[in-house]
Amino acid sequence: MINLQHIERVFQVGDEEVHALRDVSMTATGGEYIAIMGPSGSGKSSLLNILGLLDRPDSGSYELDGTRVSELDEKEQARIRRHKIGFVFQFFHLVPRLTAFVNIALPLMLSGMKQAERQERVTTALAAFGLANRAQHRPDQLSGGQRQRVAIARATIMQPTVILADEPTGNLDRNAGIEVVEILEELNRQEITLIIVTHDPELGKRARRQILMVDGRIEDDR
Amino acid sequence: MQIQDFFRYTFNGIRAQRLRSFLTALGIAVGIGAVVLLTSLGEGLHHFVLGEFTQFGTNLIAINPGKITTHGVSGALLSNVRPLTLEDSASLKQLPQILDVVSVVQGNGAIEAGTHQRRATIYGVDASAARVWKFGVAAGRFLPDDPPRSARSFVVLGSKVRKELFGNNQALGERIRIGGELFRVIGSMKSKGQMLGFDLDDAVYIPAAKAMALFNRESLMEIDLLHSAGSSSSAVAEKVKKALQARHGKEDFTITTQEKMLEILGGVLNTLTIAVGALGGISLLVGGVGILTIMSITVNERTGEIGLLRAMGVERNQILVLFLGEAVILAAIGGLAGLVIGVCGSWLFSLIVPALPAHISWVYVASAELLAAFVGLLAGVLPARRAAGLHPVEALRAE
Ligand SMILES: Nc1ncnc2c1ncn2[C@@H]1O[C@H](COP(=O)(O)OP(=O)(O)O)[C@@H](O)[C@H]1O
Ligand SMILES: [Mg+2]
Repeated sequence: MINLQHIERVFQVGDEEVHALRDVSMTATGGEYIAIMGPSGSGKSSLLNILGLLDRPDSGSYELDGTRVSELDEKEQARIRRHKIGFVFQFFHLVPRLTAFVNIALPLMLSGMKQAERQERVTTALAAFGLANRAQHRPDQLSGGQRQRVAIARATIMQPTVILADEPTGNLDRNAGIEVVEILEELNRQEITLIIVTHDPELGKRARRQILMVDGRIEDDR
Repeated sequence: MQIQDFFRYTFNGIRAQRLRSFLTALGIAVGIGAVVLLTSLGEGLHHFVLGEFTQFGTNLIAINPGKITTHGVSGALLSNVRPLTLEDSASLKQLPQILDVVSVVQGNGAIEAGTHQRRATIYGVDASAARVWKFGVAAGRFLPDDPPRSARSFVVLGSKVRKELFGNNQALGERIRIGGELFRVIGSMKSKGQMLGFDLDDAVYIPAAKAMALFNRESLMEIDLLHSAGSSSSAVAEKVKKALQARHGKEDFTITTQEKMLEILGGVLNTLTIAVGALGGISLLVGGVGILTIMSITVNERTGEIGLLRAMGVERNQILVLFLGEAVILAAIGGLAGLVIGVCGSWLFSLIVPALPAHISWVYVASAELLAAFVGLLAGVLPARRAAGLHPVEALRAE
């Protein structure tokens, strides 16, 4: 359950103020599938960063599953990111020197899970995302679609309640893009809240709910 | 994060840039190698000098006439100083814990044997000198234990004098002239080598009373005491002082214990070793700057990764620890290599200069490794703090 109220985000660029988000309010219930759309520079990524606790709003409040997360300190926010939120990025953000297996295992490893326990979980995930025979490949040995699947496996390995994807297909060809979206939608069917930022209208239409942003405002929500 | 995962992750970062990591670690290795090598040489010198001093044993006390005060030596020139005598020697011998006493008179003179002649140091001593100075007899025997005032005219030759005067011929039983007086050779000594410039081999040993007559003097130059191993030098020295004060009426002599001398000498030599080690530490500083540079570059290159870690819920402090860990491990690897370099270097040095064997002190070696890790820690602080301070959104944008 997400509840944003009157979020403002202002960036200081030189002596100019850029309003990335203006009085943004929205709610989302568990298991929703939302596409955030809008032209470039309209504040989509800024909104996603706030939702993912990577950035703090200048004003307004953010409640996640009943907790006022906008008021938590850095440590507690990190804990929530760790357990509740999975990120998928346009540029995959895999660690280039680590194998697909280790990249997927990274969140488990960083949260202190023992290697023996990780093994099974990562192996299962690899199989689920069609990467069983790519476990020992490094990112530069994988195709774009495979890389994004590794990234999604990593984002879901901690079993988050929300997945935030910022232009997840932006760097993929059409077929790989559709494949990735279908994987994300499959996750959404398993009750994970899915929020995708995209400026591809066709992709946006697949979502049950679309939020249109223009110049930092929510222009349309349906 | 499990500790083995921490190591796996940091090692992985180091391994990913093999050449760069190697060169950086090399910087530390050179520094640590220098520290280990230099301290080993310092320790070697320490052992060498102490060995020179302790070749006479460590339970020695020396008494010299005149009182050394902060105003310098006084007494020797003043008429009211009672000189040290053979009787002083005899009385000190009666003290408990004193095992042996050597009365010493020393001078130079011509030694003649037939047609051969040589100038050498002449030591007037007691029969006990060989025992007290741990001086081995090569042939015959050392001076007999005659009553001091009526000692017979016997001489024992130092190894060099024996060789110069007699070559390969038999020396025992021969008569030689020392300062015009006739002495019978009853023994020759093993080589003892130099002792701070005094060549104990280029010397002859005659009874103290004979030497006093030879040099036309009434008093001794020094009395050496050997005390039992179990008793403390300072306690024995105190008793000796009381006894001699009672005989002389005042303290007109100076007591030096070997223990005290070694202590002072050891202190000086330790300081030397540490100073020399610190010199090597300067090259460590250079290695530290190398780590600082490389870690800064690493943080720059891995900015995207840092953003990712933050997005995955890694706390700022954990980022700090990860990068500090990488700097420390890099330095510690360099340190280990440096230990190998230093130890092998010391060993090589000992092979090349056997007279002054380097002595590896494992305390210094362990400290050097700790120092390397500490340098890594210090050098890592700045880059690691920068990594931890990055804004996650900015960091993610970097890729
Ligand atoms: N860190 C920043 N500093 C300055 N301006 C920023 C920063 N991040 C975003 N902006 C500005 O905020 C506005 C919204 O950016 P963003 O949320 O990235 O848009 P979108 O993702 O919809 O393209 C843009 O005008 C952008 O230039
Ligand atoms: Mg964007």
